[in-house]
Amino acid sequence: MEAVGRLRVGSRRGSRTWDRTLPVWIGASLFLVFLMLLPLGWIFVTSLRGEEGWGISGYVQVFTQQAFLRAIWNTLIISFWVGVIAVVIGSLLAWLVTRTDLPLKQTIRALVMASFVTPPFLGAFAWTLLAGPNAGLLNKIYRSLTGSEEALFNIFSMGGLIFVMALYSFPYVFSMIANVCELISSDLEDAANILGANKLRVALTVTLPLTAPALLGGFILAFLHSLSLFGAPAILGLPASLHTITTQIWALFQYPPRLDLAAAFSVPLLLATMLLIALQKKILGRRGYSTVGGKGGERRLLHLEIFRIPTFVLVLAILSLSVFLPYWILLKAALAKAWAQPLTWDNFTLENFKFAFFQYGDTQNAILNTFKLGVLTATVGTIIAALIAYITNRQLLWGARYLTFFALAPLVVPGIVLAVGLFIAYTRPPLVLYGTIWIMFVAYLTKEMPIGFSQAETTFKSIHPELEDASRILGANRLGALKDVTAPLARAGLIATWCFIFIGVIRELSASILLFTPKSKVVSVVIFDLKEEGQIGVIAVLGILLLLVSFLVILAVQWVARREILATRE
Amino acid sequence: MKKRFRIFIYMALLAFFTWGSVSSAQDAALIEAARKEGKVIWYTSLAIPSSTVFAHFFMNKYKGIEVEVHRTGSQRVLQRVMQEASAGIKNADVIHTSDAGHFVLLKEKRLLLKYVPRAAEIFPAGFKDPDGFYYGLRATLSVIAYNPKVVTDKDAPKSWKDLLDGKWRGKEVTAHPGYSGIIMTHVLALVKQYGWDYFKELAKNKVHITQSANDPAGVVASGERPVGVNGAEYFYYKTLKQGNPIKIVYPKEGVPLVVSPTAIANAAPHPNAAKLFTEFILTKESQQMLADKEGLYTGHPEVTYPKDKPMLKDLKLLAVDADELEKRNAEIKKRFVEFFGA
Repeated sequence: MEAVGRLRVGSRRGSRTWDRTLPVWIGASLFLVFLMLLPLGWIFVTSLRGEEGWGISGYVQVFTQQAFLRAIWNTLIISFWVGVIAVVIGSLLAWLVTRTDLPLKQTIRALVMASFVTPPFLGAFAWTLLAGPNAGLLNKIYRSLTGSEEALFNIFSMGGLIFVMALYSFPYVFSMIANVCELISSDLEDAANILGANKLRVALTVTLPLTAPALLGGFILAFLHSLSLFGAPAILGLPASLHTITTQIWALFQYPPRLDLAAAFSVPLLLATMLLIALQKKILGRRGYSTVGGKGGERRLLHLEIFRIPTFVLVLAILSLSVFLPYWILLKAALAKAWAQPLTWDNFTLENFKFAFFQYGDTQNAILNTFKLGVLTATVGTIIAALIAYITNRQLLWGARYLTFFALAPLVVPGIVLAVGLFIAYTRPPLVLYGTIWIMFVAYLTKEMPIGFSQAETTFKSIHPELEDASRILGANRLGALKDVTAPLARAGLIATWCFIFIGVIRELSASILLFTPKSKVVSVVIFDLKEEGQIGVIAVLGILLLLVSFLVILAVQWVARREILATRE
Repeated sequence: MKKRFRIFIYMALLAFFTWGSVSSAQDAALIEAARKEGKVIWYTSLAIPSSTVFAHFFMNKYKGIEVEVHRTGSQRVLQRVMQEASAGIKNADVIHTSDAGHFVLLKEKRLLLKYVPRAAEIFPAGFKDPDGFYYGLRATLSVIAYNPKVVTDKDAPKSWKDLLDGKWRGKEVTAHPGYSGIIMTHVLALVKQYGWDYFKELAKNKVHITQSANDPAGVVASGERPVGVNGAEYFYYKTLKQGNPIKIVYPKEGVPLVVSPTAIANAAPHPNAAKLFTEFILTKESQQMLADKEGLYTGHPEVTYPKDKPMLKDLKLLAVDADELEKRNAEIKKRFVEFFGA
């Protein structure tokens, strides 16, 4: 996602003569355009085609009914605060990890990665067990410590929702700010130091302003992320009578479905995201980082001295909110007969595992579907992302730069809106994909394209075209050169792309929830289903499975990538 | 362990006896045809553990015929069936929800297959569609429940109106009629008794909203909300039997009775297996198992119930008309959301 800010049109290269590989490039490009335009086109059409013929009655209803307006208002407030908190946590951690002598930085990075990988709906579910006002474990501990009757924290509230969503949005800000912090040299900070400013003052008056554009960009990213979430608001908001735009769209699919209203309601969400992305691009593009002078400047670490350990404890405390506590309660719920009771031998059981894997009919099928879709989408997605990134990077086609726009366009389409469009597009002839896993495949492929594309683009940018040119002079065609020269060099980068897409797919809920049928259920949907019936132990088991697989994939990929990098160095 | 063993013996005996009783040529032909299809797909709103147990009960008896269970809330089952019908997808064989109104609608839309199971002969009229399209698989009550660790028996609500008391503010949990057929029926039954004002008042108590009629049992048991203002009685009973702190109240003014129909889809991809499954779930042994293992009531007159559960004839039951449920479905969902906010 960070790539939005650094869209750049590469130099015009490559031959303009007829190329036999042209169909491949044109095919890939058309496919991408088709992927994006069909669902969005249908949303606009459907939003204007109400029950009584064409018109704007859908929009009128959506923007006059109190319930809809309240959902929009809730969403805006929630997303705003999520953005603020995510920026505070994300930038603080990023700064500490990149610019200070905080201990165990690699571990902290890994934990931030773990927060990133944790599906927000799973985090939300875990937090219902931790901070439900009466049975929540943290509240119970609080009561027994203070003797108070009141709860410390009610997770089923707007505040609770903001808190949980911020916990799983801050990694986006973190990665953005960490990148910037690593580039800013210490020269300016030194100057301020010499002129007598203390460390805090330097941080506030020099470092902070330098990172301001990135902070604002990070805010927008976190805002957008929370705007598009479905699972967390459904799990934490609905019990407290709180609708957001996404849960409202989902509710409109219930029988009798009001697709026209769902489509009309999707449009403002779409426009809001478009606006914000444009804004973000503008902010990041215009300001630039005047201080980013290559890698020349020296970057020295700030010594935290006596604050070193307290700060470290604070960081761990923050990360325990997003990682340790939720994981611990999931494990406990998976192994306990009654999750709210202490985990003694009497309360210990493996029934949940047995039920989840061997008795409950949905699980095996859903696991199979999830991994099928994960592998398939990651593979096809990486190939297409690589081709598109290659086209735009080497300027192979006229208008290649517009392809960048299409590849990144899904960023502005929240998953549930995409699903509304795909549902309308593929439940009717000629192409009835609804009822098969292919509709999910299309949804995931579209949704993951921006991440895949950004990753692939970064990879190709780092490989100079002259190697390819050499092989083409020696007679290889472009596809051959790509396969034999560029692909091996790009392998590590592309494996990372694959990994990102795979993890994005196996945790996807907001689009899947509208597109699944019993045959094409995926694990996230099964978890949501189980949540609606309150099957806590089984959810915990499936959640742990999802997390384990994600981590294994990441580790495997890192291992492979590291070996690749070593190999190319030799 | 001992208990499970007993149930096992019991089921084995049942299987032994029933094997002899259904062995006419007609049955053999149906079993044969069902075996050839190899599978039956069951869209059901029966709680996940219960429907899973039930599927295994069937699969043990008819080896080689798999039951694929797709469990979700009644309203979601209907949503799915209608979505699939409009997209021309033929997936469901047997459809079971707790909203009798759904079957009026499905019948009207010609989405059901007419089939008169032999096993249904013995059922009372209230459990049978006169045109032969659907049959009451089970009867569920919607009741009040509370957590005795948090609420004393003296304090506990005894009637529907007691739930409106301001002292329960922030302490109650409800399930949702937009998800659960049981709650849909519950709401209509109480609206007919007390009018919409009842729910308007109830909503002022900041009731925690769950979806499934089975979910309040867990919420009450954990103490998250000590009072359930509605919910499936059998699931409260099951949760109680597992040793959780729950007490069930059957209000004297009347208990909503939910008869949950089962029917075969017109476009069933495995029609014979669907018929066999329908016959099976209405047999006395299946119905008895629902009563013994799942704590449900059924329409089968010969079924006996656990001693610690009240007899239906001793309760004042509030029944609602299926046609009225169908007609007022949208209204109920809309007003509930209006009052409760989601």
